[in-house]
Order: sequence, then structure tokens, then C-alpha cells
Amino acid sequence: MSLRQTHELHQRRFGRNLGVALTLAAFIVIIFGLTVVKVTRGDFEPPQASTGGQG
Amino acid sequence: MSDASFNTSTARAAHRPDEAGFGDYFALLKPRVMSLVVFTALVGLLAAPVPVHPFIGFCAILFIAIGGGASGALNMWWDADIDQVMKRTKKRPIPAGKVEAGEALAVGLGLSGLSVMMLALATNVFAGAFLAFTIFFYVVVYTMWLKRTTPQNIVIGGAAGAFPPVIGWIAATGDMSVEPWLMFALTFMWTPPHFWALALFMRSDYDDAGVPMLTVTHGRRATRVHILVYTILLALLALGTAFSDIGGPVYLAVALVLNALFLLGALRIWRRDEADSEADNFKTERNFFKLSLLYLFLHFGAILAEALLRPYGLGGWG
Repeated sequence: MSLRQTHELHQRRFGRNLGVALTLAAFIVIIFGLTVVKVTRGDFEPPQASTGGQG
Repeated sequence: MSDASFNTSTARAAHRPDEAGFGDYFALLKPRVMSLVVFTALVGLLAAPVPVHPFIGFCAILFIAIGGGASGALNMWWDADIDQVMKRTKKRPIPAGKVEAGEALAVGLGLSGLSVMMLALATNVFAGAFLAFTIFFYVVVYTMWLKRTTPQNIVIGGAAGAFPPVIGWIAATGDMSVEPWLMFALTFMWTPPHFWALALFMRSDYDDAGVPMLTVTHGRRATRVHILVYTILLALLALGTAFSDIGGPVYLAVALVLNALFLLGALRIWRRDEADSEADNFKTERNFFKLSLLYLFLHFGAILAEALLRPYGLGGWG
């Protein structure tokens, strides 16, 4: 048995918290996806990355 | 959290029976306006002659939409006083008492910064800067300055709603050319007749709020004339676009039909007087307003169709 009565307000707050959590999770997925796409396309490679180091 | 503090916060919140849910914060972003932003920005992105990685394209549209939503939240923050008066807007989250004006400001500023930064990182700095300019134009130039001072508010403010296809194009190409500005001009010229038709049948709303709509400052007859003039100019522009690089036979066919119908609607509005409109509860004006929504959607749909047909050698004039 619950010690505390659940108010309708709690349900609404839960909905709001869930919404924020899902939004943050989606943001993480987007950042990760963008990173994967940009790295695999070679956007961040320095211009002479393929040439060997010179002393 | 202790029981005491929990109970205090619950009791405090219970005094606000309409404490906001997640959907109320989402409503601050004007989802219906956002759908127009998403669609026109998508057309701008896909009509550009540069292929975009699907995920980057998705992110670009998402951040343009969030930027549009953020400017909607800032608009609601600034306009909370007049939204309370107008029938059309009094159920928005702030006048309804669900969200406080300060919260809308925070959401708007936060999402503005996020969307501009993320669009710049996902695509290019030029696109991000243009999104920032669009938000500034809508919030500062239109909402704070023009909306309450000039009857040309809708004409100049319409530019803000017309920028998304340009941002979509820049996101794809990193560059500017004539074609996105044709899409801009289409939305820009479409906005005044669209809103003036609304102002004709939502007659008391803008009067009550003291917004200097053309109907209030120059009278309803002048508004009908303005609708006709803008519709003629819009038709010329829309048909001319058919012969540009983003046009083609599909677009021309769609534009011919829609502009004929739109011109007919504007002519009917021009020929009517207030007694006619009162008699049938502004039926012609309401139909014109509904047609205007279809008008813009199908014009951009036709530009999109031309762009999608192009790889198969079918789009454009070959």
C-alpha cells in the first residue's frame, strides 16, 4: 500500500519529467549520430593527415 | 528531498491548478507554424543542387524547426498581454495560466542558442548565422517593433516566415543564389493576403487587442483592395518561378490551376461589401483563407516534385 496518495499533479509532473528525459536522450543520439557521420566522412581530418611525419 | 519540503512544494503547486505539462511547453513552440517551417525548409534543402547526407539533412531541418519554435516562444512571451485579449490566442499557454511569461522567455532564449549553434555545427556557419538573423527578425523587428506600430506589420513581418527555405538551401550548399530567394518571395508575397483574409473574418480580435492591422487603420474596403493587388503580384511571381531552375512542367501545371483559383477568390473578396460578408458569415473570406494554406503547400510540393524528378531526367525543363 502506498504511504502517500498520488495526486493528479504528480502524474503531470511525471509526464513532464519523462518528456525532458526523452528529449535529452534524443539530443545525445543526435550528437552521437552527427559525430559518426562527420568522422566517417573525414570532415575533421587535417589536410596532410595521410602523409608520413617528417623530422 | 525531505517530506516537509516535498509537501510544501506540492501545496504551492496545487494553488496553480493548471501547472504546465510537457505538452504546454511544446505548445509554446507553435507546432502548426513549425510544420510550415519544416516543410518549406525541407524543400529548400532538397531543391538545392548539392546532395546532403540524409542524417545531416534531418538534423538541419530539426534545428531550423527548433529555431522557428524558439522564436514562437519569444513571440508568446512578448505578446502575452495581447494574446490574452484575442479570441484566437487566449488559449495559448501563457494567457491560459499554464506557463509563466519568464519560463517562455527562458525556453525561447535557450532553444534559440541551441538551434543556432547546432545548425552551424551540423551544416555550416553561414546557415547558423542566417537562422540567428531569422530569429532576430521575427522577435525583434516583427514582434517587438513592427507588429504594434504599423499596418504593414504583416507585409514586413512575413519575411521572417519566408526565410526557412533560404536557410535550408544554405545548409545544403553553404552558398547563396537566386533560386532560394524565389521561394522566399513566394512565401513573402503570400503572407499578406493570407493574414488579411483572416483579419477580415476575425474582425473584433485585432481591434480589441489594438494591433494596427490594415482592417483597423485603413478600413475593410482598403484591405479587400490590398488582398487583390497582392494576389495579382503573387500570381505573376508564382508563374514566373515556373521558368526558373527550380520550376518545370509539374510546377507550371500546379501554379496555373492554383493561381487561377486564388485570383478568383481575391476577386470575389474585392467585389463583396460588408453586408454581403455578414450575410453568409464571411464564407468567401474563410474559403480564401483555407485555399491559401493549400496554395503554399502545393507550390512548395511542386518545387519538391521537380527536384525529386530531376535525377531521373524528368524534372525541370530538361
